[in-house]
Amino acid sequence: MEKLSGAEMLVRALQDEGVEIIFGYPGGAVLHIYDALFQQDKVQHILVRHEQAATHAADGYSRATGKPGVVLVTSGPGATNAVTGIATAYMDSIPMVVLSGQVRSDWIGDDAFQETDMVGICRPIVKHSFSVRKPEDIPEMMKKAFYIATTGRPGPVLVDIPKDQTSPLVKVPYEYPKKVKMRSYSPVARGHSGQIRKAVDEMLKARRPVIYAGGGVILGDGSEYLTKLAKLLNFPVTNTLMGLGAYPGSDSQFLGMLGMHGTYEANMVMHSSDLIVAVGARFDDRVTNHAEKFCPGATVIHVDVDPASISKNVRADVPIVGPVRQVLEEMVSMIEESPDRPDAKALQRWWDEIKGWREYHGLRYEVNDGGPMKPQQVVQALYKATKGDAYVTSDVGQHQMFAAQFYKFDKPRRWINSGGLGTMGFGLPSAIGVQFAFPDAMVACVTGEGSIQMNIQELSTCLQYGLPIKIININNQALGMVRQWQDMQYGGRHSQSYMDSLPDFVRLAESYGHVGIRVDRIEDLDEAMEKAFSLKDRLVFMDIYVDPSEHVYPMHIADGSMRDMWLSKTERT
Amino acid sequence: MRRIISILMENEPGALSRVVGLFSQRGYNIETLTVAPTEDRTLSRLTLTTFGDDRQIERITKNLNKLIEVVKLVDLTEGPHIERELMLCKVKATGAQRAEVKRTVDIFRGQIVDVTSSVYTVQLAGTSDKLDAFVGTIGDAQVLEVVRTGVSGISRGEKVLSI
Repeated sequence: MEKLSGAEMLVRALQDEGVEIIFGYPGGAVLHIYDALFQQDKVQHILVRHEQAATHAADGYSRATGKPGVVLVTSGPGATNAVTGIATAYMDSIPMVVLSGQVRSDWIGDDAFQETDMVGICRPIVKHSFSVRKPEDIPEMMKKAFYIATTGRPGPVLVDIPKDQTSPLVKVPYEYPKKVKMRSYSPVARGHSGQIRKAVDEMLKARRPVIYAGGGVILGDGSEYLTKLAKLLNFPVTNTLMGLGAYPGSDSQFLGMLGMHGTYEANMVMHSSDLIVAVGARFDDRVTNHAEKFCPGATVIHVDVDPASISKNVRADVPIVGPVRQVLEEMVSMIEESPDRPDAKALQRWWDEIKGWREYHGLRYEVNDGGPMKPQQVVQALYKATKGDAYVTSDVGQHQMFAAQFYKFDKPRRWINSGGLGTMGFGLPSAIGVQFAFPDAMVACVTGEGSIQMNIQELSTCLQYGLPIKIININNQALGMVRQWQDMQYGGRHSQSYMDSLPDFVRLAESYGHVGIRVDRIEDLDEAMEKAFSLKDRLVFMDIYVDPSEHVYPMHIADGSMRDMWLSKTERT
Repeated sequence: MRRIISILMENEPGALSRVVGLFSQRGYNIETLTVAPTEDRTLSRLTLTTFGDDRQIERITKNLNKLIEVVKLVDLTEGPHIERELMLCKVKATGAQRAEVKRTVDIFRGQIVDVTSSVYTVQLAGTSDKLDAFVGTIGDAQVLEVVRTGVSGISRGEKVLSI
């Protein structure tokens, strides 16, 4: 059998897993691994400028492709810099394998240079972690790491590697396991047919139904069957922030996003429904508002691959633990075989009611005639310029909500944002990952002047690899979402939410070797967008100045029910 | 409500810290904890007692089950079970008290496993309540040191927790 060093085995294991690209940053503890990487060309290594960006880039790559993202960082600060990105992936159930260096085994625990207990630090934010104790264990450990990261409810897995385990002086036989079997880990392969039958019965007798689909539908590749199900039954569909694209955003049965900044109609439909079909969603607090006031008249069907998500925040009447794709497929075939259909008249009345809600609000906002641009207009111009066909990554804040509300995602894996952890600084590095996955695709990063500065150093990475990302910086010269809360709940006291020394982003972009475009007037917006997207091989940083006083509406009124919303600064339900 | 959760898990470094982490993260206290390898050395049996309502315990057991190293678990308090705790207790034994302590140990069916002219070391096994009662009967003034193992438990009847 072939003999390899620990470092060579790690790289070979990546090759054997079919990994084409990893994101990382070298340092002392991982130099053996970097040397092994240098001597092969199957796995491409992307050098970022900060380890947090490596994790977000791997994360974006994974969200866009469905493949696991892979990260390589050194011990100590390299590893701790990756923590935010690992937590981001964990909260959104993104499959990721993080290889972190560690000081040599006999130094662990002695406060060695660049030592940190990464396994300990990451314990609550990884699906699992491994620590290499002898090089012979590496092949099986890597196989398990990828298996755990990508199956069941996916998530990040950490492999911590003391430097001595990768030494080129120690060579051991290498054979990559073909299969992995773990007695303590066996994700559910199928939903219970009896439960699925029960759910179908509930669907067939529903009069005011709604399908509430989350990120799990995208992660579990269930969009096709979700769409079939909705079409077959003529049910309205709402998506969570993480689920956007799971159901076509421009379809007439789509209600838009639900939750804290969901559409009026989506939240009204949820509250008034008699049946909620929750698929791959977890009844997050940003969706339900006050859990005890949540949808009082609804029977809840809950499909999720993670049993711990079911009945966590909202009690499920029909729980189904299983992969969403298989469960949805089985639902569709049961309904197709059944002669029964939901009461068409009742559904029509339901749709009439929904139409009324839609017409009442429909994400309306006031346009300033001759005044400053509205952020919503920027997202709409982006949608127009990209014909709805871009990959859109986002940072966190008002711009994220506007993008979620106004960009209609017709396909899964197009909308890439940090929904669970809400990580500012996610947008640009995740766009890097997406652009590597799809070099010819339009990739736009919708961000704000606050978020972009949290990982702006990655402009350098973009230059190095010639990534033609379009940065849409919705610049309101303030931390917009913080400011909105301060306006609404803190008497307009804008404590630390104002940035009064912004860089000249155009010149900043230029100094990194990119193109910068500043837009101040709505009249110039469409043309500037067209120009940006016509520069196919350049990164364009669009610095777009918008009205700083704009708020995101609708907005749930805290501790209320789904239907308790502010609809504008002066109007509430 | 008091619960006894019994967990069969991989005998690997780090497994225990993951289990304990789930409790501390949520601010739930672990009252007692005992862990040792089983007849199969690759597996450990961990028994812990905690307090929680049905909802809290359901959440914690679901999350325990999600831990990769946890093979199986059972809430022993859901059914008939046997629980035992072992205590070693140093008791002042001088003068008239010496005979009284001996009598109390006999009543509780304990054993005196070490003796000096002024101290008895008592070994006592039973439910936690029984151990509490013994300490209460002897009285704080007489008790010098108490070491308890924490609860170990097993289901009654045919039911077994194994792979």
